[in-house]
Amino acid sequence: MQSYRIGTVSEFEEGTKKVFNLGETEVGVFRLGEKFYAWNNICPHQGGPVCQGRLYPRVHENLDENKNSHGRLYDKTNINIVCPWHGLEFDVRTGKHPGNEEIALDPLPVQIEGGEIYVIVGE
Amino acid sequence: MDALIKPAIEHPVQELDTRTDTRDYLAHARSDAEKKGFADWLIVDIDAHHVESVSWAEITSYIEDPVVRHQAEMYQSERVGAPPYGLNGDLGLRYQDVGGRIPHQSSQREVVEEKDVHRDVVLTRRAMHGLAVDYMVIFPTPMLFLGMHPQTDMEVFLSRAYNRWLTERVLPGDPGMVTLVVLPFNTPDEALKMVEEFADVPNVIGFCVTSTRYKPVHSNEYMKLYRAIEESGKPIAFHAGYHWQDPSLATCNTFLGMHSLGFAWCNIVHMTNWILNGIPERFPKLKSMWVESGLSWVPFLMQRLDDQYLMRQSEAPLLRRMPSEYMSDNCFYSCQPMEQSNMKALECTFEMINAKDQLLFSSDWPHFDFDTPSVIYDLPFLDEQSKRNILGLNAAKLFNLNTNGPK
Repeated sequence: MQSYRIGTVSEFEEGTKKVFNLGETEVGVFRLGEKFYAWNNICPHQGGPVCQGRLYPRVHENLDENKNSHGRLYDKTNINIVCPWHGLEFDVRTGKHPGNEEIALDPLPVQIEGGEIYVIVGE
Repeated sequence: MDALIKPAIEHPVQELDTRTDTRDYLAHARSDAEKKGFADWLIVDIDAHHVESVSWAEITSYIEDPVVRHQAEMYQSERVGAPPYGLNGDLGLRYQDVGGRIPHQSSQREVVEEKDVHRDVVLTRRAMHGLAVDYMVIFPTPMLFLGMHPQTDMEVFLSRAYNRWLTERVLPGDPGMVTLVVLPFNTPDEALKMVEEFADVPNVIGFCVTSTRYKPVHSNEYMKLYRAIEESGKPIAFHAGYHWQDPSLATCNTFLGMHSLGFAWCNIVHMTNWILNGIPERFPKLKSMWVESGLSWVPFLMQRLDDQYLMRQSEAPLLRRMPSEYMSDNCFYSCQPMEQSNMKALECTFEMINAKDQLLFSSDWPHFDFDTPSVIYDLPFLDEQSKRNILGLNAAKLFNLNTNGPK
């Protein structure tokens, strides 16, 4: 088990991410609100560099009470990281694919102490 | 805790975009290849792409007809706000990148400083390095729509110009880059001339028909063409595509639905006609390849044709075996995009298509549904020899390639 100092909380703007090399492990660290999340930079689909992709809000179908569709909408309360190899999306908070929760990113523990962010590798 | 803490190092490539170097884009594939020892494997990628329209002014300068060539020159130099000269297709309906989610599909604007070879050679070499590929078959991209061109002459002009440009300006840049010559299939006599012109050109390993077209492959007008290809000893490939204006596919409101069906449908139709009209019986040494339709359509069609054939044998009197036997013994398939959501179904598919001998690895790089060699290497139900066959040795045998890689 190895702890890595990622930086300070103030270095991360809300809704951003950074990718780090922690020894042999590539890790994406994300900030949403006051919370931080760390995910292994390997897509469970084909091993793509998922955390080096772009962030997109989750998309919802806009249905009315009669089940008529009025197109699609972005839900900016749910942010997905998109693997740039094939487009698989994962909820930054849960690491799960929005269409199949069995497909999920590999998490790493994040600790915040005194405004400093640490990620633990090999736990 | 301090004694245990190490500093993190920011990754030099924070986000992949349309300007990212292909080697950075495929760094994970490269790392994976090194761990798996692919340097000791022959890997042949029988379907990758370049974007020929980026070089369109070069290509149209190879058009033989002087009037059409001049028109192209004037169009390329003066026309604004228009697609490349003479190309048909889907214009702005190219949603493959899912709204910017998959940047490498949109563009490869990376820096290329090498001047000794064509830019496409540099990009292809970078992809070959990333995917650990020894030979890479280069296909065009927008020209895959040429089979639906309203001017059959233009399919002839552009495919000949492209073939000459590719074999003269691009392929000589790297011995690992090879191609299947694009045939103007809507004009059979010209397709025949193309075979005669290019059959012995270096780095030409076969012939390609773009599958989105409404011409029946069993028409008598193609028999001379098939005979010539059979005699060349090189295969004919049917490279799938989509045609969203097809009346059935036009009911699909998403690229997801249209693309899922379109890339299989065109080859389902052509394969049906190919088998039921006994082309494998008429030309037993002619090898056909079915490219970029995935694999799940093959067992479906095998079962469907076998079932109906037994009841209506008199409509397919040339056949001496079941349709599925021709499909497993006479036809070759490229794997991409390999459907993997049901591993039992995939294993059954491999068995039905005789994958250890008939399946060929393809990446389709740089397109959004590309596969890496690991999709074959990681399969739990294959032995090592079958993996080696599929990743390269089957292609080496089919195309007569050096099993030690290009010289």
